[in-house]
Amino acid sequence: MTIWFLIGIVVKILIVVGVTQGAVAYLILVERKVAAYSQDRIGPNRCGREFGIPAALLLPLADGAKMLLKEDVIPKYVTKPIYLMAPWIAIVTAMIGFAAAPFGPLGPDQWIDFQIAPNIDIGVLYIMAIGSLAVYAVILGGWASNNKYAFIGGLRSSAQLISYEIPLGLSILGMVLVAGSLDLNRIILWQDSHGWGCLYQPLAFVLFFTSAFAETNRLPFDLPESEQELVAGFHTEYSAMKFGMFFLGEYLHIITACFVTVALFFGGWNLPWILTSAHTGIVFTALKVLVFAGKVALAILFIMWVRWTLPRFRYDQLMDLAWKSMIPLALINLAATAAIVQLVRTYWS
Amino acid sequence: MRPDDPKLKKIEPPKLTLGDRIYLPRILDGLVVTAEHILGVAFRDKAITVEYPEVQHVPSPIYRGVHRLNRDEEGRPRCVACMLCATACPAHCIDIVGATAPASWPDREKYPESFVIDELRCIYCGMCEEACPCEAIELTGLYDLTGLSREEMIFDKTKLLSVFDMTKEAEPMVFNAPPRSEATPTETLDSPISKSLLP
Repeated sequence: MTIWFLIGIVVKILIVVGVTQGAVAYLILVERKVAAYSQDRIGPNRCGREFGIPAALLLPLADGAKMLLKEDVIPKYVTKPIYLMAPWIAIVTAMIGFAAAPFGPLGPDQWIDFQIAPNIDIGVLYIMAIGSLAVYAVILGGWASNNKYAFIGGLRSSAQLISYEIPLGLSILGMVLVAGSLDLNRIILWQDSHGWGCLYQPLAFVLFFTSAFAETNRLPFDLPESEQELVAGFHTEYSAMKFGMFFLGEYLHIITACFVTVALFFGGWNLPWILTSAHTGIVFTALKVLVFAGKVALAILFIMWVRWTLPRFRYDQLMDLAWKSMIPLALINLAATAAIVQLVRTYWS
Repeated sequence: MRPDDPKLKKIEPPKLTLGDRIYLPRILDGLVVTAEHILGVAFRDKAITVEYPEVQHVPSPIYRGVHRLNRDEEGRPRCVACMLCATACPAHCIDIVGATAPASWPDREKYPESFVIDELRCIYCGMCEEACPCEAIELTGLYDLTGLSREEMIFDKTKLLSVFDMTKEAEPMVFNAPPRSEATPTETLDSPISKSLLP
């Protein structure tokens, strides 16, 4: 391990942090636009018009400035240390998940590894573990607020996230069995030679994506912050940038979830016959990174599309869905996959 | 009502098909609906938004906005200070001081010396308009009523008459105009009232 390797990793971290933060800022704008379009409105289009910039492209800047300049109210009755810690947990747990997410091809034949921690053998496991840590931010934030709405929001989210962690993990296992590795890069390479994962594991894909909605607290599973019942849920008592950090954490989570979805079920940077592992060189590598980012963007757009389509689940329906349908289905899928993989390995090859 | 009453209609919960119970096909149906709206706005310009300061919203002809005090053919206020509007007003926002009409006005006994409407108190119900026996008070289609103080939102006779001068072209007095075959929207008034009426 040379000093250049370490410098390369630091540079990669800086690039990933910068790109994802910027992406979150613009995702909020896209979300507002999608919201407006699905309700037959136009949405934000003013900010930046004076400077000749179309489509409110300056709005994220104005939003960020607003978050930073607003009065930061800390109520007297909160448990201060935990209250102050919760937004940081939200952001940090969302950020460090990117360490094992590949955002392009990597390997000995590449001029650069597109992963912060390259060739990590337990990539999927790591992302899952970090993803479950995010529940601490919600629970601690809701609990330290000493407010009944925040508290109920935190409680709901703990039950919800823990329930949906199970189908999430079980559905990943099917894909791991098929590809024979926990390394996201090797799973992508397997899909490169065999075809996309969603063809082999359609049920696992549906279960995984549905659980990802619940894990990221997106509609129709945004019970922790259901506005009509709980004011704003776990972040009721947070204001200014502390609220902004929860917001940022939520969107970073969405990006991570979509990264994992694309890597597991949609071949990562692979486009069948057009972009495969046979294509090397700087141009194709750059194209692969772009294709990966494009697929992730499409997945995020789909999540927003679903948000404006489905109403929120009732709490008992939410639990029913996880425990009575998704976990049994995921178990059946896992057992069937294991049996078929074993049969194929014994009699085919 | 007894449970075996023949008039009693029993309603069964709808039978769920397999597609309903799997739930995913219905989600796809919903996604199609949302997609139609999103693509309609994005590519076919179907948004219903009116971009306000540049494009002025045109209210319906029966819209109840700022009041005006109508003038007759000689330019006098039509009001005869009968107090019917002030009596009908549920918000008590009309304040009229009547006086004996000048001798040169033989057709009426009284005229309003002062006629004040508190636009902030008014609830824009239109009952003054209905109560008025000589079509003197009317509600116009002006909706952008703004001001920087409470005082400037109290409209006196001069201001109310100037609202009439401002809107008489776009909205002729209802009883003067021939009966409309169909409702035509009020034409756009380009200057916001608060700007044009203030010194």
